[in-house]
Amino acid sequence: MKGILGKKVGMTQVFDENGTVIPVTIIEAGPCFVTQKKTQEKDGYNAIQVGFGDVPEKRLNKPNGGHLKKAGAPPLRYLREFHVDDPDAYETGQEIDVSVFRVGDKVDITGTSKGKGFAGVVKRHHFRGGPKTHGQSDRWRAPGSVGAGSTPGRVFKGVRMAGQMGNQRVTVQNLKVALVDPDKNLLGIKGAVPGAKNGLVIIREAVKG
Amino acid sequence: MAHAVDLLHSVEQLKDDAPHVDIGDTVKVHVRIVEGNRERIQVFQGVVIAKGGSGINESFTVRRIASHGIGVEREFLVHSPRVTKVDVVRHAKVRRAKLYFLRGRTGKSARLKEKRFS
Repeated sequence: MKGILGKKVGMTQVFDENGTVIPVTIIEAGPCFVTQKKTQEKDGYNAIQVGFGDVPEKRLNKPNGGHLKKAGAPPLRYLREFHVDDPDAYETGQEIDVSVFRVGDKVDITGTSKGKGFAGVVKRHHFRGGPKTHGQSDRWRAPGSVGAGSTPGRVFKGVRMAGQMGNQRVTVQNLKVALVDPDKNLLGIKGAVPGAKNGLVIIREAVKG
Repeated sequence: MAHAVDLLHSVEQLKDDAPHVDIGDTVKVHVRIVEGNRERIQVFQGVVIAKGGSGINESFTVRRIASHGIGVEREFLVHSPRVTKVDVVRHAKVRRAKLYFLRGRTGKSARLKEKRFS
């Protein structure tokens, strides 16, 4: 499993060799550092822990600072794990950059979606709301019926209602890599990517690729 | 780390010699057309009736009257590699930024007054 951590920069567009416009999300990805190897014998699963992001050393607490120092990595803001078949193929302190991906690769991208707060059913679940005229009062954005009456006598679990929307972990699968720039640590992904600008995104090789 | 805007600009394929057109100009746009593995240049001549966008997304709309008096409008991206060359044939005196009123006009009333530079 190839993977890298990055920061969402924003969206723009590029032209392909035929002159067709491709919308791309630019991600400043890497350089990442391997900070720990997790093995079947010791931890019960095979993975590497990877760190990303500049941070002043004084912002790290003692345990994290010590952990990074032991790995021979610079101070890093984020630590995440990638499952790999063979952790011994990596060295702690080793650098991972965007050149692990090539143009045309399919990737899955995970981010934290933009928070919308406590949202009603029209915004959150695309309900149509009620009629706006013909004597309606305060029914414009109401959810309508939430179930039958005495039988079953309760509202079923999982009925779509108003509530917190966004600010949750979202993965988008099978996005295409449109651009790789190892000099500037930039990755261009065709289409949109979850999360706000400057948010952490995890880029993994596509599971269904 | 560099500023986000600079990073985005570093990716965009902006032309250094981007063509300059004004509203009301009559232009010949040379468009590269790829058919399978063949490539040819097609010329689209007409009046610039609108400009829009900024940066990599900057565009202009050209209107021309095709055969049987049918109006054809095409929008071109200034920085697109498909737009190989833009020749300005004629400038016109115009008083607004969008010449959409030309759509409702035909014949003599659809003309624009030429602007000549000394």
